[in-house]
Order: sequence, then C-alpha cells, then structure tokens
Amino acid sequence: MNETADKLFISTSSPHLRDTDSINKIMWTVNVALIPALIMAYYFFGTRALWITLLAVVAAVATEALVHRVAGKSIRIHDGSAVITGILLAFNLPASAPWWMPIVGSVFAIVIVKELFGGLGNNILNPALAARAFLLASWPVEMTASWVSPREGTLSGISAITSATPLSLLKDSAEIIANPQNYEPGRVQQAQEAIANLSSSYSNLLIGNVGGCIGETSVIALLIGALFMFYRHVLTWQIPFTYIGTVALLAWIFGGSEGLFTGNWIFHILSGGLILGAFYMATDMVTSPLNSRGQIIFGVGCGILTVAIRLWGGYPEGVSYSIILMNLAVPLIDRYTVPSVFGEVNKK
Amino acid sequence: MKIKSFHGGVHPFEGKEFTEKKKIEILPLPGTVSIPLAQHIGAPTNPIVEKGQEVKAGEKLAEANGYISVPVHASISGKVKGIEDIDHPVAGRGKAVTIVAGESEEWIDTIREDKNYFDLSVDEMRNRIREAGLAGMGGATFPTHVKLSPPPDKKIDTAILNGVECEPYLTADHRLMLEYPEDILNGFRLIMKILGVQRGIIGIENNKRDAVEVMRQYINNSNNIKIAVFPVKYPQGAEKQLIKATLNREVPSGGLPMDIGVVVQNVGTAKAVYDAVAHRRPLTHRVLTVTGSGIREPKNVLAPIGTPFQDIVDFCGGLTEKASKIIMGGPMMGISQPHLKVPVVKGTSGILILEEKESHLRPEEPCINCGRCVLVCPSHLLPTTLQMLVYNERIEEAEDLHIMDCIECGSCSYICPANRYLVQTIRHGKRQVIQARKKAS
Repeated sequence: MNETADKLFISTSSPHLRDTDSINKIMWTVNVALIPALIMAYYFFGTRALWITLLAVVAAVATEALVHRVAGKSIRIHDGSAVITGILLAFNLPASAPWWMPIVGSVFAIVIVKELFGGLGNNILNPALAARAFLLASWPVEMTASWVSPREGTLSGISAITSATPLSLLKDSAEIIANPQNYEPGRVQQAQEAIANLSSSYSNLLIGNVGGCIGETSVIALLIGALFMFYRHVLTWQIPFTYIGTVALLAWIFGGSEGLFTGNWIFHILSGGLILGAFYMATDMVTSPLNSRGQIIFGVGCGILTVAIRLWGGYPEGVSYSIILMNLAVPLIDRYTVPSVFGEVNKK
Repeated sequence: MKIKSFHGGVHPFEGKEFTEKKKIEILPLPGTVSIPLAQHIGAPTNPIVEKGQEVKAGEKLAEANGYISVPVHASISGKVKGIEDIDHPVAGRGKAVTIVAGESEEWIDTIREDKNYFDLSVDEMRNRIREAGLAGMGGATFPTHVKLSPPPDKKIDTAILNGVECEPYLTADHRLMLEYPEDILNGFRLIMKILGVQRGIIGIENNKRDAVEVMRQYINNSNNIKIAVFPVKYPQGAEKQLIKATLNREVPSGGLPMDIGVVVQNVGTAKAVYDAVAHRRPLTHRVLTVTGSGIREPKNVLAPIGTPFQDIVDFCGGLTEKASKIIMGGPMMGISQPHLKVPVVKGTSGILILEEKESHLRPEEPCINCGRCVLVCPSHLLPTTLQMLVYNERIEEAEDLHIMDCIECGSCSYICPANRYLVQTIRHGKRQVIQARKKAS
C-alpha cells in the first residue's frame, strides 16, 4: 500500500483550477466572426476582395513569424492575432486597391505598430487601423478615389466603374446644399435627390450593396459575427453600444440639413465603417480600457470624434481616426477609472 | 430572505458529485500521529509533554502561548515518540508532537455531557472554547475565542453561520449539516449567546438544497435564526463577500467584520463549539473531504488531527496511477503538498488529488488586457495592473492600488485566458509590502 510513501508530487501555488478559455480561443473566435462579412465582400466585390484579404493575412502572419525569428523569440503565430490584423486591414481597403497595398499595410501593422512596441498585448494602437491610416496618408488616391461598385470587381483588375460611398455622397451633397451659390443650379436639386435616395436605401446598406471598403459594407453580416462573439463572451456591450449610441444621438442632433434634431441617425449607423469599427476594432482588448467604466468613456469618445469628423471634418468618414485617437487616450482613461476598492466607501 | 450578491466572482467546475452523497466515515485508528504545535493563526503553543510520556486521547499536549493562541490536544492515546520538526502542510516546517498508538484507545475522563450548558456564564463558555483548542475550521484557523470576544466598543448585531462551502470539490461542511444539524445549531445558538446577538443567519449555497431543508427543519420555530440561500458563485464563502451578500454591508478596507457589527463562524466550528461547551470535548478530530480524479474511492472522512495524509489516502483506496498533485483544501485556495507524510491539521478541510493533466501551471502568455480579472475580482482590484507593478518592483504604487485588500481567492488567475500568474504574483507583492512596512517601523 505504501508505494506512494516516498513519491514527490507536483507543487504549484493556488489556484489549481483554470477556466478553459485561452488567448487562442478568443482570437480565433474573432476570426470566425469575420467570415460572414468576408463572404458578403466576395459576393459584392468579387474574388478580388478575397485575394486582397488573403494577401493581407499571409503578409501579416509571415511578417510576424519573421520578426519573432529575427528577435530570437519563440514564434507564436498560432494565436491568430496576426490573422485578425490581416483580415481587418483588408476589410479597411477598397476592393480596387493595388495588390501590393495589403502587403505593405500588413508589414507596417505588424512591424511598426505591433512588434516594435513589444508584440501581442503591448501595442498602443490597433495595428490594422494604424496601417490603414498610414496607407491613406501615403497613397490617398489609391485608397479612396476609385471605389469599386458592388458586383463589378474582378480578379483581373481594377474595374473602370467607380462609385461614391454613401458617406462621401452625403458629404458632397450637404456641401452643395449649404453653399448653392458656388454650384450650377441643377446641382442643388441633384444633391437633394441624392440625399433622399440615400435615406431610402436602408436595405442596401444592411446587406452591403453599396460602395465602400471590402469588409465594412454589409451590416447584417457584421452583426451576425458580433452575435457569435457575444455568445462566446469575447465581446462586452460597453464599447460597441456606447459608441453606436453616441453616434446615433449626435448625428440626430447635429446631422440634419434643416436644423437641430433632424439628422438621419439610422443612415449614420448603417453607413461607413461604424459597425465594423464599433464591434471589431474599437473592442480590440489590447488597445481599449481595462474596466467597464473606462470602456464606456472610450466608446462615447469614439462616437463624438466620429460624428465630428463626419459632419465637420475634412473626411467623409471618421471611424478609423476616432478609434486611433481614443487608443492613445487609453492609458489616461485607465488611470482615472480605477474602481473604488471593496469596503472603501464605508471607510471613516 | 431577499438575497443580493457580491460583485465579481467565478463559476469553476464544482466537482461536488464525487462525495456529496457519501456519509462521513470514521477513519480506523492510525498507528502514529504527528500533531503540529502551530495549527492556528497566532503564537505557536508551548509543549507540556515529554518524549516517552504516555498520553490519553484528548489530553493537552501544549499550552496556548498568549491571548491569540490555543492549546493542542492528543488525538489518540499512546506514547510520545518525540517533539521534532516535521513538514507542515501550511507552514512548510514546524515542531510537532508525534504519538505512537498504544494497545487500546483510552480517552481522558473529563469529556461528559453538561445538561445545563446553555446556562453557563459567557466567560465560562469562552473559556471552554479556548481550552478545547478551537480555531476557525473553514481553513483560516483564527482562534475562535478571540473572534467571540469583540471589544466593548464594537457592537455586534448579527452572527452569520457559514455553510456556503464555495470551494469546488469540498463537501465536508455539507455532510456535517446533513448529519449533525442539531449540534451545529446548538453551537450557533451558543455563539449568538456569547456575542449577545438576537439575529443569526445561516448562509448556504443552493447546490446544497438538502442541507437547506434539514437545517430549516431543525430551526423550526426559532424566529431569530434565518437561512439565506445563495446562488452558486465562488468566493461566496469568503467572509467579506458573505457579509456583503447577506446584509449588504461592506467590511471596511483593512478592517474586520466586527467593525460593521458582524461575526462569521463556519459550520464545522459551530459543531466544535457545541462539543467544547456542552461536552468539554477538545478539538481532536475533524471531518475532511478526500476527493478528486486521483483518488480511487472519494470519501468524507472523520480523522484524528495529526494523521498522516498517507493513512487517509490508503483508507480511500489509494491513489490512481495518474495522481500527481496533492492539495490540502480546495482547488482554488488549497496548498499543494510535496508528499503524503504531512499531517491533518485543524484547518484541513479536504485532501484533493488531481491527475497529471490537471496539475501543471501552463506558461504565462502576454496579457491582452481583456479585463476579465478586473471583472471577477471580488475586492474590486486591478489584478493585471498589480501584477505588472509587482513584476517591475513598484511596490509602493501597488500599495496605493490596494494590493493589501486582495483576499487571495484566485478568481483572477482562474479566469485569465493568458494563464497569467496573477494571484501568485500579488501574494508575493503583499509579502514585500509587509516587509517594507516592518522595515519602516
């Protein structure tokens, strides 16, 4: 009976039980959640959307492996975080982007934004968004000038047919209506019709049958993925709901052309990159605040900046810049939202 | 009763099904016991027996040393083999009185029922509790008589009986409530009388519905004792969290339950209080749960204090081939033991044996700032931030962020998807704070 008398057992510090969730599970959940939007991107923008996404993902993963190798670290690409970066970067590019653009963007995202700051968990900015900002600043024409009309993109090349995104159309039209003296008389009526058309195209916005970046247009597909993330407890309500709520509220108050409280807030929610940004990028755990009070502040801040850029800024869309700016504010937010400790309220 | 809960907490695998239906079994008399002189929080005891001396079961082996200290007693009769350093399941090493069992079991003759025990003076009750060597049996082992002697300026209005047993796997308290409900209730009534309180609340988690029913039956018409049934959540049984959930009062940071008029006692302690006051029975035995995937026949066992773990494991059919970790206590806060020679002490609520695949700590991965540790922390701390501060030796900043308020429940390390050693590092940081404070004073 005493065969165990002299045996030595494993000693570790408690707790001796662990939850089954892991970084890998969290990251791959996000990747799976992005698949519906990828399918819709293929449907509307053609195989080119898939190729751009594939190039971005392969470049991101390969770059990460290379950096780990050069830095002498053990290569950890299995966690799927580089795959997320690749997909999100591609989702933020127009389907007409030249083939080298996703590669340059991914390399920038992984090397400059992520690994130089210490790799997974240590980056300050969302890698995909920072890379997008870098591409937009470096190649503004390729990044915005030629939006592929839905169902026109092909594998062989950049489609000649281009169309405006709903948000740029809105911005241009609002500009014309606000300053009619600068335009030919006919343009004003056109602009008014354009706005009226936009407001009646919710179904197109929902399914994604509009111009825009590869992964941002299909609201329904993005929401299906978000539901999956909620179900897997990878997402909490704080950031997406406050972000979208703030955009809706401010767009309703300030977004109308007929005075305060006339803005079309539904249009503002459904168009541009808001849904993609609010559910998949602002919620990036690494670059958002640690606790829920901070997350609420973060979401509201993103909302305010997005509406400010859309309505009064130089760009038609402001989701990515808003999130990047709020990323920078995270250390500050974390510092001012330290929860009061248990029993502190009763301390005399 | 209307139940609020506490903030945070986790829902680990419960593991109660191994033993919750199993009656408490009495361990056959062990051949040798080693009874540590330090089994409580406070000063270790001074031995009053010598090598070679014959002792009876229940005889005092060592005298309390100061006020925050309680005596220890022989749990079997026999000959004192020596008083030497042994491996201690909590303290690492410590002196213990080793007794080799005699031919027959002989008990001291002062253990007998005192029919009028409830009419004793409060001081006499406290005295009997102390003389019986009682220390909190939930695991913290704070001397019971001290907890039952609040200073006059602390007005106590409620006593809480802790039957929560929130640690996964453990069922010792559950079985005690099912098998000794009268003793426990009598002990609780004594506790209430000693404290002079009119309100008693028994806290039980709703994974022990049968215990709730039994206790309710025995309380029957006494209207000053109520039962609070809690949803299952770890660490519901932690003193501060239990008070918050029961009364919605928060123990002040750095304070004690008595600061807000509450005293909490574990059900095992309540039974021991009854035994001590009504029978003058010293604390020589305790019920513990022997469980986990690494033991062949999981059981609830009544064992003499000082019994080597090996004897108890043998009584439970031995270890399985894959057994590779021995834990004293539950999986969340229990202490892993290097071998089976360590003895059962007053705070041994269970022996949990895990298999190889459950035993290892996985390597730490980078923190991805998911915030789950913050969400589950019942003390409202920022575990990942505290860990970073301790790693970077910024102890003063960690102190500013209330590292000392950590109750070490381990919820943060449990939930962390990156396997970060959160509570482990925080524990280390707390020790550094204590050292720094000592140096400063």
